[in-house]
Amino acid sequence: MSASTKTIEEITRRGYEHGFVTDIEQETVPPGLNEDVIRFISAKKEEPEWLLEWRLEAYRHWLTMKEPTWAAVHYPKIDFQAISYYAAPKTDKNRPKSLDEVDPKLLETYEKLGIPLHEREVLAGVAVDAVFDSVSVATSYKAKLAEKGIIFCSFSEAVREHPELVRKYLGTVVPYRDNFYAALNSAVFSDGSFVYIPKGVRCPMELSTYFRMNARNTGQFERTLIICDEGGYVSYLEGCTAPQRDENQLHAAVVELIAHDNAEIKYSTVQNWYPGDEEGRGGIYNFVTKRGLCAGRKSKISWTQVETGSAITWKYPSCILRGDESVGEFYSVAVTRDAQQADTGTKMIHIGKNTRSTIVSKGISAGRGQQTYRGLVRILPTADGARNFSQCDSMLMGDKCGAHTVPYIDVQNPTAQIEHEATTSKIGEEQIFYCKQRGISEEDAVSLIVNGFCKDVFRTLPMEFAVEAQKLLEVTLENSVG
Amino acid sequence: MTALLEIKNLHASVDGKEILKGIDLTIQPGEVHAIMGPNGSGKSTLSKVLSGHEGYEVTEGEILFRGKDLLALSPEDRAREGVFLGFQYPVEIPGVSNTYFLKAAVNAIRKYRGQPELDAMEFLKLIKERMKLVKMDEKLLNRPVNEGFSGGEKKRNEIFQMAVLEPTLAILDEIDSGLDIDALRIVAEGVNSLRAPDRGFLLITHYQRLLEYIVPDYVHVLVRGKFVRSGGKELAEELERSGYALFEDAAA
Ligand SMILES: Nc1ncnc2c1ncn2[C@@H]1O[C@H](COP(=O)(O)OP(=O)(O)OP(=O)(O)O)[C@@H](O)[C@H]1O
Ligand SMILES: [Mg+2]
Repeated sequence: MSASTKTIEEITRRGYEHGFVTDIEQETVPPGLNEDVIRFISAKKEEPEWLLEWRLEAYRHWLTMKEPTWAAVHYPKIDFQAISYYAAPKTDKNRPKSLDEVDPKLLETYEKLGIPLHEREVLAGVAVDAVFDSVSVATSYKAKLAEKGIIFCSFSEAVREHPELVRKYLGTVVPYRDNFYAALNSAVFSDGSFVYIPKGVRCPMELSTYFRMNARNTGQFERTLIICDEGGYVSYLEGCTAPQRDENQLHAAVVELIAHDNAEIKYSTVQNWYPGDEEGRGGIYNFVTKRGLCAGRKSKISWTQVETGSAITWKYPSCILRGDESVGEFYSVAVTRDAQQADTGTKMIHIGKNTRSTIVSKGISAGRGQQTYRGLVRILPTADGARNFSQCDSMLMGDKCGAHTVPYIDVQNPTAQIEHEATTSKIGEEQIFYCKQRGISEEDAVSLIVNGFCKDVFRTLPMEFAVEAQKLLEVTLENSVG
Repeated sequence: MTALLEIKNLHASVDGKEILKGIDLTIQPGEVHAIMGPNGSGKSTLSKVLSGHEGYEVTEGEILFRGKDLLALSPEDRAREGVFLGFQYPVEIPGVSNTYFLKAAVNAIRKYRGQPELDAMEFLKLIKERMKLVKMDEKLLNRPVNEGFSGGEKKRNEIFQMAVLEPTLAILDEIDSGLDIDALRIVAEGVNSLRAPDRGFLLITHYQRLLEYIVPDYVHVLVRGKFVRSGGKELAEELERSGYALFEDAAA
């Protein structure tokens, strides 16, 4: 019995009641990008005319742009004409037939993280006969959410079912002109998530992409839009701790958040894309634009991210603090090891009066990992009484890795208060020795020290996520010292 | 009877530079030994070698701990076997609470000894009890390990950890430095209350005053990596009066 049939048997035994998602139209476009490809994508998705126009405008603008080179990451030039822009259902031909064909290191990691067997196959991209997902879970959740008037669906569905909302907000926080990858995403985005929280509604559960149908096939150009209306609250979780393999090397997602008066959005990410082998070969390039707009008075947006995967990460979740007394937060743990490179950070743009922002960034580099924290705090002339606190700490494991901090501070209002602290430490041999002298093993000592280092970030994660994130860090940093 | 600790002709170096140049020392269960000596003579080096710090290379000699070859054990196994080092400069571990750290230590040691791990309640009971021994401020328990502790608080924390871990051999490196007069007495009382027939102490100190509180059975004078003299507690008094000048010649 092959591993995949076994998996299916397992699922059926567990009383998996909802049908497998099969029979998706089998059509592809050849690699390359031009207006016809965009028309094709839009037509496939049965999009309204305005959206096609928007895509085309984005595309035309993209053609005038240059790939950014300012980030401290190095990689071979990407040939954008060699990429296929319509995420047709994957053919089984070039996928591993069973777990036996998958990188044993990846399997080892699944084992350590305690990922259930059937999920391992999906995560590793094994050609299983039927794609399954937590449909039943998703359906019951959806009913609960609908009761409260909350919309949580795929982006395509939102375009069909709630076009007025999508049209009103799409591109208002991240315009397609914003940057090279945002423009590309706007032209060709595949799918993603859409959330709308109505006035005065607190979302009763953490929203997780995991519970969304076919979340794993959203493709390389994901688009997420979250709107929280007056007095609403939502906590959204993105990603999963298991290392995910993907044939698409380039990922350029866009996430837009909008918080109205007194609304709060908490967005947590655990990113663990395949980092490639020890030389970084085959790893994912992750070029993401994430931005939140605190549009209303006393609105609040918090970004928390735990980044351990990808060969290259280029990512700056940001907040535009337009509403008076609005609050922006950024908590980040980023780990780079082997040949991984990350250039990440945040931007806090203070426009409204008495706006506050907090930045806590913890970078851990091991092996030959290279990491740059790049942060911008801008206080505009209108932002009377704005305050920012930034704390950027780097921890180095070994002497071949590097950490760099590039804080930009632009204060245009004399009433602003800005505090910036930065430290770089080596994971102390003396700290490890101290732990060992108390009977604690080296492995436990490292995870103890690293978790302590990241504590200020982990405590902002939802409980279960925090536990997973700690575990993930342990596994990621195993054998990194000495 | 097997000695608790037997050091024979121990030579050790750091970065190729020889620091310990032939140390012999035997500690029987129940004994308290004190080592005194000028700055840089190698006292902390000896404590690090005993606890297995990898930065120190043993080039000659042997160390037996209750008859076992101590040098063959990893630092963590030495700790689990009952060797405790109270550090001269305890390190800070930001973000890791003192209690959490100590619980990890207690349970790692228990696991090694085949004992069941303590649950949260049992552990709490244990530390509450031991805290009294050193009059440890409860507030320090939930703060990150040594982070922002005053010099004296760090030292008291070391003794508190010792009281919880109940080692067989406790090496206390300048446990008296940084302590105020009252704290010194409290810490000394803590140590005295842990004196037991099967437990040995190796105290490293510069001051005779500590030895008035914790009366040693033997005092050794370390100069330039060698013991130049050993004697009873009166040797400490002699040193207090005359300094090390006399012994410098002996070591040369
Ligand atoms: N890691 C190290 N690297 C280089 N030299 C070292 C190292 N550790 C110790 N030494 C040297 O070894 C010698 C002995 O140091 P040690 O710390 O053992 O002295 P000590 O007797 O404890 O002194 P003190 O009374 O000042 O604490 C000193 O000259 C010191 O500089
Ligand atoms: Mg010393």
